[in-house]
Amino acid sequence: MKDAFRLYGKYFSIHLRSQMEYKASFLMMTLGQFLVSFSALLTIRFMFLRFYEVDGFTYPEVLLCFAVVLMAFALAECFARGFDTFASMLGNGMFDRILVRPRGLVFQVIATKIELSRLGRLLQAILVFCIALPESGVSWTADKILTLVLMVVVGVVVFTCLFVVYAALCFFTTEGLEIMNIFTDGGREFGMYPFSIYGKEVLRFFTYCVPLALFQYYPLLYMTGRSQNRFYMFVPLFGLLFVLPAVLLWQIGLRHYKSTGS
Amino acid sequence: MKKYWSFFRMRFLGGLQYRAAAWAGVATQFAWGFLRLLMFRAFYEADAAAFPMELGQIASYIWLQQAFLTAFAVWYFDNDIFESITNGTVAYELARPMSLYSMWFVKNLAIRVSRVSLRCLPVLAVACLLPAPYGLGLPASPKAFICFAVAMLGTLLLVVAFMMLIYIATFYTLSSLGLRIMAAAVCDLLTGALIPLPFLPEELRKIVELTPFAAMENLPLQIYCGSLTGAAMGRAMLLQAFWLIVFIAGGALWMQRSLRRVVVQGG
Repeated sequence: MKDAFRLYGKYFSIHLRSQMEYKASFLMMTLGQFLVSFSALLTIRFMFLRFYEVDGFTYPEVLLCFAVVLMAFALAECFARGFDTFASMLGNGMFDRILVRPRGLVFQVIATKIELSRLGRLLQAILVFCIALPESGVSWTADKILTLVLMVVVGVVVFTCLFVVYAALCFFTTEGLEIMNIFTDGGREFGMYPFSIYGKEVLRFFTYCVPLALFQYYPLLYMTGRSQNRFYMFVPLFGLLFVLPAVLLWQIGLRHYKSTGS
Repeated sequence: MKKYWSFFRMRFLGGLQYRAAAWAGVATQFAWGFLRLLMFRAFYEADAAAFPMELGQIASYIWLQQAFLTAFAVWYFDNDIFESITNGTVAYELARPMSLYSMWFVKNLAIRVSRVSLRCLPVLAVACLLPAPYGLGLPASPKAFICFAVAMLGTLLLVVAFMMLIYIATFYTLSSLGLRIMAAAVCDLLTGALIPLPFLPEELRKIVELTPFAAMENLPLQIYCGSLTGAAMGRAMLLQAFWLIVFIAGGALWMQRSLRRVVVQGG
């Protein structure tokens, strides 16, 4: 285990140095990532210049929601980017090389692709937290802080699992499936508002099928004081169950794997 | 002219081969449109009086936007062109007896037309069947429909002309990724891809409407759903023609100048 961490540290420093070789490009990418989510943030601002609330949620509360989802997505995308670009890894034979190395597959897929420019989004999420945390009117007691931490941590896990599912499907299709974008990019895009605003059916879908609402809507209810029920505080933990189907699908896909021969 | 036409046909037919990808795209765009529509409905229910469009109008706007996404989206670049600049194969294209600008323009146009012709019909068909106010409504008037068609053509050309500028800029920067993602971020907001322009604050909207971005997808979509009519519509269409001329003339000139100093580094 300690060994794995050391190796990951090595990989990390290689990625860091190689990306720093192209500093201008790196800065442009980071700025670009920042701008993309800044556009999304502006749309929320513009909507709330017109509307006072949506489905009972006020502007700072929506901002909290936006920041949680964005931060979870940014971290997952930065560190699990290997799964997101897995189609190319299968296509160019990189995965065959991974298979013959004496290390865990998941570890290698994660370690071979670390995209630090994705931290542009993270920067944005931190800035939004700086605005939303004091403005939201939440008194930040220990339990509320714990709720917030749970939301972000489970969010990273769920988004990572979605990337793993996406990669596992590539074993069958070789090409990436565009439809998965609804859950990854769509999860980020539509998760900026609490999922309840899309109606009951959508909320149910994102609770039981793709558990994005588990780390977003339910704990938000507790955090903003809409519900005193402590159960909602721990709802994100159920999101961790999503690891099981993701890993299972990955295993099935792996057994199904045939090299493309490149 | 004939050679450009055959390039167009080649790319068009090539694009038609990716049918499975097109179906996946249709499903994605449909889900995307549906969620976006539900989002606007939530705001509509929160305060209908503050809503600058009607719910039916926004539904038409969203479905058309999803149906024609591959024609209008500014972030659908031709990766071959970027690669040919970075790895130097652009030299072969320069050896051909035709204008590089026109050739790339035609290629991009063809890819967009083939992609959109595969994808738009299923989305439009389903959107028409949805009950009002959630489905695709009829155009505001026959005249609006004609103007919509003209503006659509203008938008398609303008978007390609805008992309050309980014291809040309790659001659200078070599890596296009940063520029592309920044262009995409700005365009998403200013072309009305994220929220229709009527939702912007009044002063900002007035400025944005003068920019070339408002002459992109915003224009035909707003004409169709009837939130842009009369003299304002006429002005906006003229402005689109103006930007189109500026972009194409400027792009062609810029390309000429940049080709004069292009260095192909062997290989």
